[in-house]
Amino acid sequence: MITVKELTKRYARNTAVDNISFEVRKGQIVGFLGPNGAGKTTTMRVLTCFLPPTSGSAVVAGFDVLEQPLEVKRRIGYLPESPPLYPEMATTEYLTFVGQLKGLSGADLRKRVDAVCDRCAIADVKTKLLGRLSKGYRQRVGLAQAIIHNPDVLILDEPTAGLDPKQINETRELIRKLGGDHTIILSTHILSEVEQTCEQVIIINKGKLVATDSVHNLQNRARGAESVLVEVAGRNGALDPATVQERLAQISGVSGVVLKEKRDSRAIFEVETRKGGLVRGDLARAVVESGWDLNELRPAARSLEEVFLQLVGDESQAQAGGTAASGQKQ
Amino acid sequence: MRNVWIILRNELRRYFVSPVAYLLLTMFAVIFGFFFWNSLGYFVYVGMESQMRGQPFPMNVNEQIIRPLLSNMSVVGLFFIPMITMRLFAEEKRSGTIELLATSPIRDAEVIIGKWLAAMGVYACMLLFSGLNFVFLFRYGKPDWKPLLIGVLGLLLQAGALLAIGTFISTLTKNQIIAAGATFGVCLLLWILEWVAGYETSTWARVLSYMSVITHYESFARGVLDLKDAIYYVTLIFLGLFFTSRSMESLRWRS
Repeated sequence: MITVKELTKRYARNTAVDNISFEVRKGQIVGFLGPNGAGKTTTMRVLTCFLPPTSGSAVVAGFDVLEQPLEVKRRIGYLPESPPLYPEMATTEYLTFVGQLKGLSGADLRKRVDAVCDRCAIADVKTKLLGRLSKGYRQRVGLAQAIIHNPDVLILDEPTAGLDPKQINETRELIRKLGGDHTIILSTHILSEVEQTCEQVIIINKGKLVATDSVHNLQNRARGAESVLVEVAGRNGALDPATVQERLAQISGVSGVVLKEKRDSRAIFEVETRKGGLVRGDLARAVVESGWDLNELRPAARSLEEVFLQLVGDESQAQAGGTAASGQKQ
Repeated sequence: MRNVWIILRNELRRYFVSPVAYLLLTMFAVIFGFFFWNSLGYFVYVGMESQMRGQPFPMNVNEQIIRPLLSNMSVVGLFFIPMITMRLFAEEKRSGTIELLATSPIRDAEVIIGKWLAAMGVYACMLLFSGLNFVFLFRYGKPDWKPLLIGVLGLLLQAGALLAIGTFISTLTKNQIIAAGATFGVCLLLWILEWVAGYETSTWARVLSYMSVITHYESFARGVLDLKDAIYYVTLIFLGLFFTSRSMESLRWRS
Protein backbone atom coordinates (compact mmCIF):
# COMPACT_ATOMS: atom_id res chain seq x y z
CA MET A 1 0.00 0.00 0.00
CA ILE A 2 2.83 2.35 0.85
CA THR A 3 6.31 1.99 -0.59
CA VAL A 4 9.02 4.41 0.42
CA LYS A 5 12.38 4.14 -1.31
CA GLU A 6 15.54 5.96 -0.27
CA LEU A 7 13.54 8.95 0.79
CA THR A 8 15.53 12.02 1.78
CA LYS A 9 14.20 15.41 2.79
CA ARG A 10 16.62 18.24 3.34
CA TYR A 11 15.76 21.67 4.64
CA ALA A 12 17.99 24.70 4.24
CA ARG A 13 20.18 23.82 7.18
CA ASN A 14 19.48 20.26 8.23
CA THR A 15 18.50 16.90 6.88
CA ALA A 16 15.19 15.90 8.43
CA VAL A 17 14.86 12.51 6.77
CA ASP A 18 17.91 10.64 5.57
CA ASN A 19 17.61 7.83 3.06
CA ILE A 20 14.66 5.95 4.53
CA SER A 21 13.08 2.92 2.88
CA PHE A 22 10.14 0.90 4.13
CA GLU A 23 6.99 -0.77 3.01
CA VAL A 24 3.52 -1.08 4.50
CA ARG A 25 1.10 -3.78 3.42
CA LYS A 26 -2.62 -3.31 2.97
CA GLY A 27 -4.69 -3.34 6.17
CA GLN A 28 -1.71 -3.06 8.51
CA ILE A 29 -1.43 -0.69 11.43
CA VAL A 30 2.09 0.60 11.56
CA GLY A 31 3.62 2.59 14.40
CA PHE A 32 6.06 5.23 13.41
CA LEU A 33 8.26 5.59 16.42
CA GLY A 34 11.00 7.98 17.35
CA PRO A 35 12.00 10.68 19.79
CA ASN A 36 10.84 14.24 19.15
CA GLY A 37 12.51 15.73 16.10
CA ALA A 38 13.36 12.35 14.59
CA GLY A 39 11.69 13.15 11.27
CA LYS A 40 8.32 11.46 11.79
CA THR A 41 6.21 14.46 10.85
CA THR A 42 8.38 15.26 7.84
CA THR A 43 8.03 11.72 6.51
CA MET A 44 4.27 11.88 6.97
CA ARG A 45 4.10 15.22 5.22
CA VAL A 46 5.91 13.72 2.25
CA LEU A 47 3.45 10.82 2.18
CA THR A 48 0.51 13.24 2.21
CA CYS A 49 2.01 15.30 -0.64
CA PHE A 50 2.31 18.31 1.66
CA LEU A 51 6.08 18.41 1.19
CA PRO A 52 7.97 17.16 -1.86
CA PRO A 53 10.92 14.84 -1.15
CA THR A 54 14.43 16.09 -1.90
CA SER A 55 15.30 12.71 -3.38
CA GLY A 56 13.94 9.19 -3.41
CA SER A 57 10.36 8.20 -4.03
CA ALA A 58 7.17 7.46 -2.14
CA VAL A 59 4.29 5.53 -3.66
CA VAL A 60 0.96 5.59 -1.83
CA ALA A 61 -1.96 3.39 -2.95
CA GLY A 62 -0.23 2.85 -6.28
CA PHE A 63 0.45 6.51 -7.10
CA ASP A 64 3.68 8.45 -6.83
CA VAL A 65 3.45 11.48 -4.53
CA LEU A 66 5.35 13.68 -6.97
CA GLU A 67 3.79 12.55 -10.21
CA GLN A 68 0.12 12.12 -9.30
CA PRO A 69 -0.45 14.03 -6.06
CA LEU A 70 -4.18 14.51 -6.68
CA GLU A 71 -4.71 10.74 -6.98
CA VAL A 72 -2.73 10.16 -3.79
CA LYS A 73 -4.67 12.87 -1.94
CA ARG A 74 -7.95 11.27 -2.96
CA ARG A 75 -6.91 8.06 -1.23
CA ILE A 76 -5.44 9.34 2.03
CA GLY A 77 -6.87 10.73 5.20
CA TYR A 78 -4.52 12.85 7.25
CA LEU A 79 -4.67 14.02 10.82
CA PRO A 80 -1.86 16.53 11.42
CA GLU A 81 -0.31 17.03 14.83
CA SER A 82 -2.84 19.72 15.70
CA PRO A 83 -6.22 18.97 14.14
CA PRO A 84 -6.90 21.41 11.28
CA LEU A 85 -10.14 22.92 12.59
CA TYR A 86 -11.85 26.22 11.86
CA PRO A 87 -12.91 27.46 15.32
CA GLU A 88 -15.87 29.47 14.00
CA MET A 89 -17.51 26.47 12.31
CA ALA A 90 -19.88 23.91 13.82
CA THR A 91 -18.94 20.23 13.77
CA THR A 92 -21.26 19.02 11.02
CA GLU A 93 -20.71 22.17 9.00
CA TYR A 94 -16.98 21.52 9.13
CA LEU A 95 -17.25 17.82 8.31
CA THR A 96 -19.52 18.66 5.37
CA PHE A 97 -16.97 21.12 4.07
CA VAL A 98 -14.12 18.60 4.37
CA GLY A 99 -16.28 15.95 2.70
CA GLN A 100 -16.89 18.30 -0.21
CA LEU A 101 -13.17 19.02 -0.47
CA LYS A 102 -12.56 15.29 -0.71
CA GLY A 103 -15.10 14.99 -3.51
CA LEU A 104 -18.26 13.81 -1.74
CA SER A 105 -21.66 15.36 -2.36
CA GLY A 106 -25.41 15.01 -1.87
CA ALA A 107 -26.98 12.18 0.09
CA ASP A 108 -23.69 10.27 0.10
CA LEU A 109 -22.01 13.15 1.91
CA ARG A 110 -24.79 13.44 4.49
CA LYS A 111 -24.60 9.71 5.16
CA ARG A 112 -20.83 9.82 5.63
CA VAL A 113 -21.03 12.80 8.00
CA ASP A 114 -23.49 10.90 10.19
CA ALA A 115 -21.43 7.73 9.97
CA VAL A 116 -18.16 9.35 11.08
CA CYS A 117 -19.94 11.25 13.85
CA ASP A 118 -21.16 7.93 15.24
CA ARG A 119 -17.88 6.19 14.71
CA CYS A 120 -15.80 8.85 16.42
CA ALA A 121 -18.37 9.45 19.20
CA ILE A 122 -18.91 13.11 18.41
CA ALA A 123 -22.63 12.88 17.67
CA ASP A 124 -23.42 14.86 20.83
CA VAL A 125 -21.43 17.92 19.71
CA LYS A 126 -22.75 18.08 16.14
CA THR A 127 -24.04 21.64 16.40
CA LYS A 128 -21.33 23.03 18.68
CA LEU A 129 -18.67 25.42 17.42
CA LEU A 130 -15.30 23.73 17.04
CA GLY A 131 -13.57 26.52 18.96
CA ARG A 132 -15.58 25.59 22.06
CA LEU A 133 -14.81 21.86 22.06
CA SER A 134 -12.50 20.25 24.58
CA LYS A 135 -9.16 18.86 23.48
CA GLY A 136 -10.48 15.30 23.36
CA TYR A 137 -13.41 16.23 21.15
CA ARG A 138 -11.21 18.33 18.89
CA GLN A 139 -8.92 15.37 18.39
CA ARG A 140 -11.87 13.13 17.58
CA VAL A 141 -13.32 15.64 15.11
CA GLY A 142 -9.85 15.67 13.55
CA LEU A 143 -9.99 11.90 13.24
CA ALA A 144 -13.52 12.07 11.81
CA GLN A 145 -12.28 14.58 9.26
CA ALA A 146 -9.52 12.16 8.22
CA ILE A 147 -11.85 9.21 7.59
CA ILE A 148 -14.80 11.09 6.07
CA HIS A 149 -14.12 9.91 2.52
CA ASN A 150 -13.31 6.37 3.63
CA PRO A 151 -9.69 6.53 2.43
CA ASP A 152 -7.49 3.52 1.76
CA VAL A 153 -4.66 4.98 3.79
CA LEU A 154 -4.84 6.84 7.08
CA ILE A 155 -1.93 8.92 8.26
CA LEU A 156 -2.18 10.04 11.87
CA ASP A 157 0.42 12.30 13.42
CA GLU A 158 0.45 11.76 17.19
CA PRO A 159 -3.26 11.00 17.43
CA THR A 160 -3.25 10.71 21.22
CA ALA A 161 -1.06 13.69 22.11
CA GLY A 162 -2.54 15.84 24.83
CA LEU A 163 -5.45 13.57 25.70
CA ASP A 164 -6.32 12.26 29.14
CA PRO A 165 -5.86 8.52 29.85
CA LYS A 166 -9.51 7.64 29.22
CA GLN A 167 -9.54 9.50 25.91
CA ILE A 168 -6.24 7.88 24.95
CA ASN A 169 -7.75 4.45 25.44
CA GLU A 170 -10.85 5.37 23.45
CA THR A 171 -8.78 6.76 20.61
CA ARG A 172 -6.57 3.67 20.50
CA GLU A 173 -9.64 1.47 20.48
CA LEU A 174 -11.03 3.49 17.59
CA ILE A 175 -7.78 3.21 15.64
CA ARG A 176 -7.68 -0.55 16.19
CA LYS A 177 -11.23 -0.83 14.86
CA LEU A 178 -10.35 1.21 11.81
CA GLY A 179 -7.42 -1.10 11.16
CA GLY A 180 -9.42 -3.71 9.31
CA ASP A 181 -10.47 -1.61 6.34
CA HIS A 182 -7.74 0.99 6.31
CA THR A 183 -3.99 0.91 6.14
CA ILE A 184 -2.84 3.09 9.01
CA ILE A 185 0.43 4.80 9.81
CA LEU A 186 0.49 6.52 13.16
CA SER A 187 3.40 8.35 14.64
CA THR A 188 4.09 8.53 18.32
CA HIS A 189 6.85 8.82 20.85
CA ILE A 190 4.88 6.78 23.36
CA LEU A 191 5.97 3.16 23.27
CA SER A 192 3.07 1.53 25.02
CA GLU A 193 0.87 2.98 22.31
CA VAL A 194 2.74 1.00 19.69
CA GLU A 195 2.64 -2.15 21.82
CA GLN A 196 -1.11 -1.81 22.17
CA THR A 197 -2.26 -0.72 18.75
CA CYS A 198 0.28 -1.61 16.10
CA GLU A 199 1.36 -4.78 14.37
CA GLN A 200 4.45 -3.34 12.79
CA VAL A 201 6.94 -0.78 14.04
CA ILE A 202 9.21 1.54 12.16
CA ILE A 203 11.73 3.20 14.44
CA ILE A 204 13.57 6.27 13.27
CA ASN A 205 16.05 8.48 15.04
CA LYS A 206 17.66 11.67 13.78
CA GLY A 207 16.21 11.10 10.33
CA LYS A 208 17.63 7.60 9.97
CA LEU A 209 15.82 4.29 9.96
CA VAL A 210 16.84 2.31 13.04
CA ALA A 211 14.62 -0.74 12.79
CA THR A 212 11.53 -2.00 11.08
CA ASP A 213 9.93 -5.18 12.36
CA SER A 214 6.82 -6.60 13.93
CA VAL A 215 6.16 -5.59 17.52
CA HIS A 216 6.47 -9.22 18.62
CA ASN A 217 9.84 -9.79 16.95
CA LEU A 218 11.21 -6.58 18.25
CA GLN A 219 10.34 -7.48 21.83
CA ASN A 220 11.99 -10.86 21.43
CA ARG A 221 14.97 -9.46 19.66
CA ALA A 222 16.25 -7.47 22.58
CA ARG A 223 15.12 -9.93 25.18
CA GLY A 224 18.03 -12.33 24.78
CA ALA A 225 18.77 -13.19 28.39
CA GLU A 226 15.75 -13.36 30.66
CA SER A 227 15.79 -12.21 34.20
CA VAL A 228 13.44 -13.39 36.92
CA LEU A 229 12.42 -11.73 40.14
CA VAL A 230 12.14 -14.10 43.11
CA GLU A 231 10.74 -13.20 46.52
CA VAL A 232 11.69 -15.60 49.27
CA ALA A 233 10.52 -15.66 52.90
CA GLY A 234 11.90 -17.60 55.85
CA ARG A 235 9.37 -19.91 57.49
CA ASN A 236 10.00 -19.06 61.15
CA GLY A 237 10.87 -15.41 60.89
CA ALA A 238 14.56 -15.61 60.14
CA LEU A 239 16.19 -15.63 56.77
CA ASP A 240 19.81 -15.30 55.78
CA PRO A 241 19.92 -13.77 52.33
CA ALA A 242 23.48 -14.90 51.70
CA THR A 243 22.47 -18.56 52.03
CA VAL A 244 19.58 -18.13 49.65
CA GLN A 245 21.78 -16.31 47.17
CA GLU A 246 24.31 -19.11 47.28
CA ARG A 247 21.65 -21.77 46.84
CA LEU A 248 20.05 -20.03 43.85
CA ALA A 249 23.39 -19.47 42.17
CA GLN A 250 24.03 -23.21 42.19
CA ILE A 251 21.12 -23.92 39.84
CA SER A 252 22.27 -24.71 36.33
CA GLY A 253 21.41 -22.02 33.80
CA VAL A 254 21.67 -19.20 36.31
CA SER A 255 24.39 -16.70 35.52
CA GLY A 256 23.98 -14.31 38.39
CA VAL A 257 21.92 -13.56 41.49
CA VAL A 258 21.54 -10.05 42.89
CA LEU A 259 19.84 -9.15 46.16
CA LYS A 260 17.42 -6.40 45.26
CA GLU A 261 15.64 -5.78 48.56
CA LYS A 262 15.56 -7.17 52.10
CA ARG A 263 12.70 -6.64 54.53
CA ASP A 264 12.52 -8.52 57.87
CA SER A 265 12.33 -12.14 56.90
CA ARG A 266 11.69 -11.52 53.20
CA ALA A 267 14.15 -10.90 50.42
CA ILE A 268 13.81 -10.18 46.70
CA PHE A 269 16.44 -11.42 44.29
CA GLU A 270 16.92 -10.75 40.63
CA VAL A 271 18.11 -13.91 38.94
CA GLU A 272 19.84 -13.52 35.58
CA THR A 273 19.63 -16.56 33.35
CA ARG A 274 21.66 -17.51 30.33
CA LYS A 275 20.15 -17.16 26.92
CA GLY A 276 17.44 -19.72 26.31
CA GLY A 277 17.58 -21.00 29.88
CA LEU A 278 14.20 -21.96 31.35
CA VAL A 279 14.89 -22.07 35.05
CA ARG A 280 11.71 -20.86 36.71
CA GLY A 281 10.68 -24.39 37.70
CA ASP A 282 14.09 -25.21 39.10
CA LEU A 283 14.13 -21.97 41.05
CA ALA A 284 10.78 -22.68 42.67
CA ARG A 285 11.77 -26.24 43.59
CA ALA A 286 15.10 -25.14 45.06
CA VAL A 287 13.45 -22.53 47.26
CA VAL A 288 10.73 -24.84 48.57
CA GLU A 289 13.03 -27.84 49.07
CA SER A 290 15.41 -25.71 51.13
CA GLY A 291 12.56 -24.99 53.55
CA TRP A 292 11.80 -21.41 52.54
CA ASP A 293 8.55 -19.95 51.32
CA LEU A 294 8.26 -18.78 47.74
CA ASN A 295 6.17 -15.60 47.82
CA GLU A 296 6.55 -14.48 44.27
CA LEU A 297 8.21 -15.53 41.04
CA ARG A 298 7.84 -13.40 37.94
CA PRO A 299 9.80 -12.60 34.82
CA ALA A 300 11.27 -9.12 34.78
CA ALA A 301 9.95 -8.57 31.27
CA ARG A 302 11.68 -6.02 29.16
CA SER A 303 9.29 -3.53 27.68
CA LEU A 304 9.50 -2.16 24.20
CA GLU A 305 10.80 0.91 25.92
CA GLU A 306 14.07 -0.79 26.77
CA VAL A 307 14.29 -2.23 23.27
CA PHE A 308 13.78 1.20 21.85
CA LEU A 309 16.32 2.87 24.10
CA GLN A 310 18.76 0.11 23.31
CA LEU A 311 18.27 0.50 19.56
CA VAL A 312 18.41 4.27 19.63
CA GLY A 313 21.35 4.13 22.05
CA ASP A 314 23.29 1.73 19.80
CA GLU A 315 22.69 4.08 16.92
CA SER A 316 24.02 7.14 18.73
CA GLN A 317 26.96 5.15 20.09
CA ALA A 318 27.81 4.00 16.60
CA GLN A 319 27.61 7.57 15.44
CA ALA A 320 29.77 8.80 18.29
CA GLY A 321 32.28 6.07 17.48
CA GLY A 322 32.21 7.06 13.84
CA THR A 323 32.97 10.68 14.53
CA ALA A 324 35.72 9.73 16.94
CA ALA A 325 37.28 7.49 14.31
CA SER A 326 37.09 10.12 11.62
CA GLY A 327 38.54 12.61 14.08
CA GLN A 328 41.56 10.40 14.54
CA LYS A 329 42.09 10.13 10.82
CA GLN A 330 42.49 13.87 10.44
CA MET B 1 -15.06 24.75 -10.94
CA ARG B 2 -16.88 22.79 -8.26
CA ASN B 3 -13.90 23.08 -5.95
CA VAL B 4 -13.69 26.85 -6.47
CA TRP B 5 -17.34 27.08 -5.47
CA ILE B 6 -16.74 24.97 -2.33
CA ILE B 7 -13.86 27.18 -1.22
CA LEU B 8 -15.73 30.36 -2.11
CA ARG B 9 -18.81 29.36 -0.15
CA ASN B 10 -16.80 28.30 2.87
CA GLU B 11 -14.78 31.53 2.89
CA LEU B 12 -17.88 33.69 2.59
CA ARG B 13 -19.57 31.79 5.37
CA ARG B 14 -16.56 32.33 7.60
CA TYR B 15 -16.51 36.06 6.79
CA PHE B 16 -20.15 36.36 7.74
CA VAL B 17 -20.19 34.26 10.93
CA SER B 18 -17.39 36.40 12.33
CA PRO B 19 -17.87 40.10 13.04
CA VAL B 20 -15.33 41.01 10.33
CA ALA B 21 -17.78 41.32 7.44
CA TYR B 22 -20.34 43.27 9.47
CA LEU B 23 -17.72 45.67 10.77
CA LEU B 24 -16.47 46.35 7.24
CA LEU B 25 -19.99 46.73 5.87
CA THR B 26 -20.98 49.15 8.63
CA MET B 27 -17.82 51.26 8.49
CA PHE B 28 -18.00 51.53 4.72
CA ALA B 29 -21.68 52.41 4.82
CA VAL B 30 -21.11 55.14 7.41
CA ILE B 31 -18.26 56.70 5.46
CA PHE B 32 -20.08 56.36 2.16
CA GLY B 33 -23.20 57.87 3.74
CA PHE B 34 -21.19 60.84 4.96
CA PHE B 35 -19.69 61.48 1.53
CA PHE B 36 -23.10 61.07 -0.07
CA TRP B 37 -24.78 63.49 2.32
CA ASN B 38 -21.92 65.93 1.86
CA SER B 39 -21.97 66.00 -1.94
CA LEU B 40 -25.77 66.05 -2.00
CA GLY B 41 -25.79 69.01 0.38
CA TYR B 42 -23.25 70.84 -1.76
CA PHE B 43 -25.27 70.05 -4.90
CA VAL B 44 -28.45 71.50 -3.36
CA TYR B 45 -26.55 74.57 -2.11
CA VAL B 46 -25.07 75.30 -5.55
CA GLY B 47 -28.48 74.77 -7.13
CA MET B 48 -30.19 77.28 -4.80
CA GLU B 49 -27.36 79.77 -5.26
CA SER B 50 -27.62 79.71 -9.05
CA GLN B 51 -31.40 80.15 -8.90
CA MET B 52 -31.18 83.10 -6.54
CA ARG B 53 -28.67 84.86 -8.81
CA GLY B 54 -31.11 84.36 -11.65
CA GLN B 55 -28.45 82.94 -13.95
CA PRO B 56 -29.15 79.17 -14.27
CA PHE B 57 -25.96 77.16 -13.82
CA PRO B 58 -25.81 73.80 -15.66
CA MET B 59 -26.54 71.19 -13.03
CA ASN B 60 -25.85 67.49 -13.57
CA VAL B 61 -26.36 64.76 -10.97
CA ASN B 62 -23.90 62.44 -12.70
CA GLU B 63 -21.14 65.03 -12.93
CA GLN B 64 -21.62 66.70 -9.58
CA ILE B 65 -22.66 63.90 -7.25
CA ILE B 66 -21.92 60.48 -8.67
CA ARG B 67 -18.51 61.17 -10.17
CA PRO B 68 -16.88 62.73 -7.08
CA LEU B 69 -18.58 60.15 -4.88
CA LEU B 70 -17.15 57.24 -6.87
CA SER B 71 -13.69 58.80 -6.93
CA ASN B 72 -13.80 59.20 -3.17
CA MET B 73 -14.95 55.63 -2.74
CA SER B 74 -12.10 54.31 -4.85
CA VAL B 75 -9.72 55.94 -2.37
CA VAL B 76 -11.66 54.90 0.73
CA GLY B 77 -11.64 51.34 -0.62
CA LEU B 78 -7.84 51.30 -0.32
CA PHE B 79 -8.21 51.44 3.46
CA PHE B 80 -10.70 48.58 3.62
CA ILE B 81 -8.95 46.13 1.33
CA PRO B 82 -6.21 45.09 3.78
CA MET B 83 -8.88 44.23 6.33
CA ILE B 84 -10.58 41.93 3.85
CA THR B 85 -7.50 40.07 2.65
CA MET B 86 -5.36 39.86 5.79
CA ARG B 87 -6.91 36.66 7.07
CA LEU B 88 -7.17 34.75 3.78
CA PHE B 89 -3.97 32.72 4.09
CA ALA B 90 -2.30 34.09 7.23
CA GLU B 91 -5.03 32.64 9.43
CA GLU B 92 -4.90 29.23 7.74
CA LYS B 93 -1.14 29.14 8.17
CA ARG B 94 -1.35 30.02 11.84
CA SER B 95 -4.11 27.55 12.73
CA GLY B 96 -2.67 24.74 10.59
CA THR B 97 -5.78 24.39 8.44
CA ILE B 98 -3.57 25.08 5.43
CA GLU B 99 -2.47 21.45 5.84
CA LEU B 100 -6.05 20.34 5.31
CA LEU B 101 -6.32 22.33 2.07
CA ALA B 102 -2.88 21.25 0.87
CA THR B 103 -3.57 17.55 1.44
CA SER B 104 -7.05 17.56 -0.12
CA PRO B 105 -7.55 16.57 -3.75
CA ILE B 106 -7.88 20.15 -4.91
CA ARG B 107 -5.52 22.36 -6.91
CA ASP B 108 -3.74 25.39 -5.47
CA ALA B 109 -5.29 27.52 -8.21
CA GLU B 110 -8.78 26.50 -7.12
CA VAL B 111 -8.04 27.48 -3.51
CA ILE B 112 -6.58 30.83 -4.56
CA ILE B 113 -9.37 31.76 -6.96
CA GLY B 114 -12.03 30.66 -4.47
CA LYS B 115 -10.52 32.81 -1.74
CA TRP B 116 -10.03 35.80 -4.02
CA LEU B 117 -13.62 35.58 -5.25
CA ALA B 118 -14.82 35.45 -1.64
CA ALA B 119 -12.88 38.64 -0.92
CA MET B 120 -14.46 40.17 -4.03
CA GLY B 121 -17.83 39.07 -2.71
CA VAL B 122 -17.31 40.89 0.57
CA TYR B 123 -16.25 44.03 -1.30
CA ALA B 124 -19.25 43.75 -3.60
CA CYS B 125 -21.52 43.46 -0.55
CA MET B 126 -19.95 46.63 0.85
CA LEU B 127 -20.71 48.47 -2.40
CA LEU B 128 -24.22 47.07 -2.63
CA PHE B 129 -25.05 47.94 0.95
CA SER B 130 -23.75 51.50 0.60
CA GLY B 131 -25.05 51.87 -2.95
CA LEU B 132 -28.60 51.87 -1.57
CA ASN B 133 -28.08 55.63 -1.25
CA PHE B 134 -28.21 55.94 -5.03
CA VAL B 135 -31.87 54.92 -4.91
CA PHE B 136 -32.63 58.45 -3.64
CA LEU B 137 -30.91 59.99 -6.65
CA PHE B 138 -33.08 57.97 -8.99
CA ARG B 139 -36.20 58.67 -6.91
CA TYR B 140 -35.79 62.48 -6.90
CA GLY B 141 -33.68 63.08 -9.97
CA LYS B 142 -32.92 61.68 -13.37
CA PRO B 143 -29.28 60.62 -13.41
CA ASP B 144 -27.94 58.58 -16.32
CA TRP B 145 -27.45 55.02 -15.06
CA LYS B 146 -24.84 53.90 -17.62
CA PRO B 147 -21.93 55.99 -16.26
CA LEU B 148 -22.88 54.80 -12.76
CA LEU B 149 -22.64 51.16 -13.81
CA ILE B 150 -19.29 51.75 -15.49
CA GLY B 151 -18.10 53.55 -12.38
CA VAL B 152 -19.11 50.60 -10.19
CA LEU B 153 -17.46 48.18 -12.62
CA GLY B 154 -14.30 50.26 -12.29
CA LEU B 155 -14.49 50.08 -8.50
CA LEU B 156 -14.82 46.30 -8.70
CA LEU B 157 -11.86 46.00 -11.08
CA GLN B 158 -9.72 48.25 -8.94
CA ALA B 159 -10.65 46.35 -5.79
CA GLY B 160 -10.00 43.06 -7.62
CA ALA B 161 -6.46 44.16 -8.38
CA LEU B 162 -5.75 45.31 -4.83
CA LEU B 163 -7.43 42.24 -3.33
CA ALA B 164 -5.21 40.01 -5.49
CA ILE B 165 -2.15 41.84 -4.15
CA GLY B 166 -3.51 41.52 -0.62
CA THR B 167 -4.11 37.80 -1.13
CA PHE B 168 -0.51 37.40 -2.20
CA ILE B 169 0.80 39.30 0.82
CA SER B 170 -1.37 37.15 3.10
CA THR B 171 0.48 34.02 1.94
CA LEU B 172 3.79 35.49 3.08
CA THR B 173 3.13 35.54 6.81
CA LYS B 174 1.34 33.81 9.65
CA ASN B 175 0.57 37.13 11.26
CA GLN B 176 -2.62 38.87 10.17
CA ILE B 177 -1.47 42.25 11.46
CA ILE B 178 1.67 42.07 9.34
CA ALA B 179 -0.38 41.01 6.31
CA ALA B 180 -2.78 43.93 6.81
CA GLY B 181 0.02 46.43 7.42
CA ALA B 182 2.01 45.41 4.38
CA THR B 183 -1.07 45.36 2.15
CA PHE B 184 -2.04 48.79 3.38
CA GLY B 185 1.45 50.08 2.63
CA VAL B 186 1.34 48.72 -0.92
CA CYS B 187 -2.18 50.08 -1.51
CA LEU B 188 -1.12 53.49 -0.27
CA LEU B 189 1.98 53.48 -2.43
CA LEU B 190 -0.03 52.52 -5.51
CA TRP B 191 -2.24 55.50 -4.78
CA ILE B 192 0.34 58.22 -4.09
CA LEU B 193 2.43 57.28 -7.12
CA GLU B 194 -0.05 59.42 -8.99
CA TRP B 195 1.08 62.55 -7.17
CA VAL B 196 4.38 62.74 -9.06
CA ALA B 197 2.48 63.68 -12.17
CA GLY B 198 1.41 66.88 -10.43
CA TYR B 199 4.79 68.61 -10.77
CA GLU B 200 6.88 66.41 -13.04
CA THR B 201 6.48 65.64 -16.72
CA SER B 202 9.55 63.46 -17.30
CA THR B 203 9.17 59.92 -18.64
CA TRP B 204 9.82 58.51 -15.18
CA ALA B 205 7.08 60.57 -13.64
CA ARG B 206 4.70 59.45 -16.35
CA VAL B 207 5.62 55.79 -15.84
CA LEU B 208 5.17 56.11 -12.09
CA SER B 209 1.85 57.83 -12.42
CA TYR B 210 0.75 55.25 -14.95
CA MET B 211 1.40 52.56 -12.34
CA SER B 212 -0.96 54.20 -9.87
CA VAL B 213 -4.31 52.47 -9.40
CA ILE B 214 -6.04 55.83 -9.03
CA THR B 215 -4.90 57.19 -12.40
CA HIS B 216 -6.69 54.37 -14.12
CA TYR B 217 -9.88 54.92 -12.22
CA GLU B 218 -10.45 58.44 -13.59
CA SER B 219 -11.94 57.26 -16.88
CA PHE B 220 -14.30 54.87 -15.06
CA ALA B 221 -15.44 57.66 -12.73
CA ARG B 222 -16.26 59.79 -15.76
CA GLY B 223 -18.38 56.91 -17.01
CA VAL B 224 -16.06 56.02 -19.86
CA LEU B 225 -15.03 52.42 -20.34
CA ASP B 226 -11.45 52.72 -21.52
CA LEU B 227 -10.00 49.35 -22.53
CA LYS B 228 -6.49 50.48 -21.62
CA ASP B 229 -7.51 51.04 -18.00
CA ALA B 230 -9.54 47.84 -17.80
CA ILE B 231 -6.53 45.89 -19.08
CA TYR B 232 -4.33 47.53 -16.47
CA TYR B 233 -6.57 46.22 -13.67
CA VAL B 234 -7.00 42.78 -15.19
CA THR B 235 -3.23 42.48 -15.59
CA LEU B 236 -2.75 43.43 -11.96
CA ILE B 237 -5.32 40.80 -10.92
CA PHE B 238 -3.51 38.11 -12.89
CA LEU B 239 -0.15 39.18 -11.57
CA GLY B 240 -1.37 39.17 -7.96
CA LEU B 241 -2.96 35.74 -8.25
CA PHE B 242 0.04 34.36 -10.12
CA PHE B 243 2.39 35.51 -7.36
CA THR B 244 0.00 33.97 -4.83
CA SER B 245 0.24 30.59 -6.54
CA ARG B 246 4.05 30.84 -6.72
CA SER B 247 4.15 31.74 -3.05
CA MET B 248 1.89 28.83 -2.12
CA GLU B 249 4.10 26.50 -4.09
CA SER B 250 7.20 27.81 -2.36
CA LEU B 251 5.62 27.21 1.06
CA ARG B 252 6.07 23.54 0.33
CA TRP B 253 9.70 23.82 -0.59
CA ARG B 254 10.70 26.08 2.25
CA SER B 255 8.31 25.29 5.08
